[in-house]
Amino acid sequence: MIEAQSLTKRYGDKLAVDDLSFTVETGRVTGFLGPNGAGKSTTMRMMLGLDNPTGGVVTIGGKRYSELHHPLRTVGALLEARWVHPNRSARAHLAWMAKSNKISPKRVDEVLDIVGLSEVANKRAGGFSLGMSQRLGIAGALLGDPEVLLFDEPVNGLDPEGILWIRKFMQRLADEGRTVFVSSHLLSEMALTATNLVVIGKGKLISQSTTEEFVARATDSTVKVRSPHLDRLRPALDRVGATVTPTDDGLLVAGVAGEKIGELAMENQATLHELAPQQGSLEQAFMQITGDSVEYHADLETESAEQPAGHAAVTN
Amino acid sequence: MTLLAVERIKLLSTRSPWWCALTALLLTGGFTALVVSQSNAQFPATVSATQYAYSFGMAVIMVLATLAVTTEYRFGTIRTTFQAVPNRAAALAAKATVIALVALVIGEIMAFLSWGLATLIQPEADLALNSTADWINVAGVGPACALAAVVAMAVGILVRHSAGAISLVLIYFLAAENLVTLIPGVGADIFKWLPFNVLHKFVTGNGESANGAAYGQPLSTSTLSPWWALAYFAAFAVVLLAISIATARKRDA
Repeated sequence: MIEAQSLTKRYGDKLAVDDLSFTVETGRVTGFLGPNGAGKSTTMRMMLGLDNPTGGVVTIGGKRYSELHHPLRTVGALLEARWVHPNRSARAHLAWMAKSNKISPKRVDEVLDIVGLSEVANKRAGGFSLGMSQRLGIAGALLGDPEVLLFDEPVNGLDPEGILWIRKFMQRLADEGRTVFVSSHLLSEMALTATNLVVIGKGKLISQSTTEEFVARATDSTVKVRSPHLDRLRPALDRVGATVTPTDDGLLVAGVAGEKIGELAMENQATLHELAPQQGSLEQAFMQITGDSVEYHADLETESAEQPAGHAAVTN
Repeated sequence: MTLLAVERIKLLSTRSPWWCALTALLLTGGFTALVVSQSNAQFPATVSATQYAYSFGMAVIMVLATLAVTTEYRFGTIRTTFQAVPNRAAALAAKATVIALVALVIGEIMAFLSWGLATLIQPEADLALNSTADWINVAGVGPACALAAVVAMAVGILVRHSAGAISLVLIYFLAAENLVTLIPGVGADIFKWLPFNVLHKFVTGNGESANGAAYGQPLSTSTLSPWWALAYFAAFAVVLLAISIATARKRDA
């Protein structure tokens, strides 16, 4: 189990991580979600003892990272795929890592095989594509056969095939009973891989819950209504306290469940052409929740209210 | 021992140490061959003359040592290192040891290669190593390079950027110390105690290895004995390394 208590990191007068406390449960994939610049990478670097917290502690299985004996055997991590010397071969890179934690040299070939890099093991890592570098990084994370795995934005910049591979890989790791903590700025991605979510914005904890809860909370708020009798339906909606936003061909209704809108339509003898919960737009919902905590606003009107999650993910 | 093996794998699995070693050997060997082949009665070939170019080789070795640590920062492998070995002091001390050993080996090969070439080119010159000063002048190049490499590595840890660290090391080593002598009055007194001037004293002594010939390496102005000079420079290297390690421990990787 990973436990962060009042973790704080200050760079100059800027708080990158602000009194952050959360726990990551054993044997699950936990997503670490937040907009870019929310402090995810900083938090992960503090977990690995690379950055010193300004305040608070983070422990893995009750111990600080620096207290772990042969840490690669307990915690495997991929923070940045490019942390490899470009002129060193993939095998040499893993060889020194293995040596440092007294891991058998045989394990190097094993992990190369797991990530499918055996054929290029002796090629210089500088010539690798991003996807291959990512696999090499994962091989490094798996080297010590660790219980806990940390991945920072593992699908960033990958092609669809790479994304699919990583996604399946995480699920496999969790099926093996490992604790996986993976960061992302895409809720749609996390909804597919993580069972639990830790959501942060501007360095602060926004929520910690199961993914289901978070997605439900984030998306059940709006229902799209199309009707030729909006003049009768709209006052009825106003009376029950719904927030109504007109759109091109109908209304977006928030604060009232779809069933209730249907009943209101019946009572007011309004014909419904459409009554659709706005499920797909996870990104939109995520932005509603983290909206105030995005660090740099671009002031662009998001046109994605009706886009399915997949599209939103791509445009992000 | 494990950490030494780790740093050995890391250092020797990249190309730059090999290129630097080759450059150091070609530079010193080639320069020595040129100097010794042009020697005559006025400028005789002496043991001292065979090591005329050692400081060029040493400069290249210092570049190697600096790069060994700055490339780790450049490519982020220093973070992977600290992740694998959270005890940063141990990891960096192991790195310093490996770099010093590699520099020692290159330095010795360099010195004896130059000396060997000279004896081939001028077989009848008196190049036999038959005094302590002769021996130190040749075999002392290795330890001198080893300590200079530690200094360069410490600067690399502190500066972290290849270009900045290399410029700093080379400008200091090749120019800055000598410029101090230009300060009127105190310049010469300060220069006596500057580290690389003192290190040069260890290698050349009072010029005994030049057999009294004026032609040879310019001598150091340090007033220390050769062994004290070595100890002085070693202390300088260790202090600088300790400062750099303390900095690296405190800093975010």
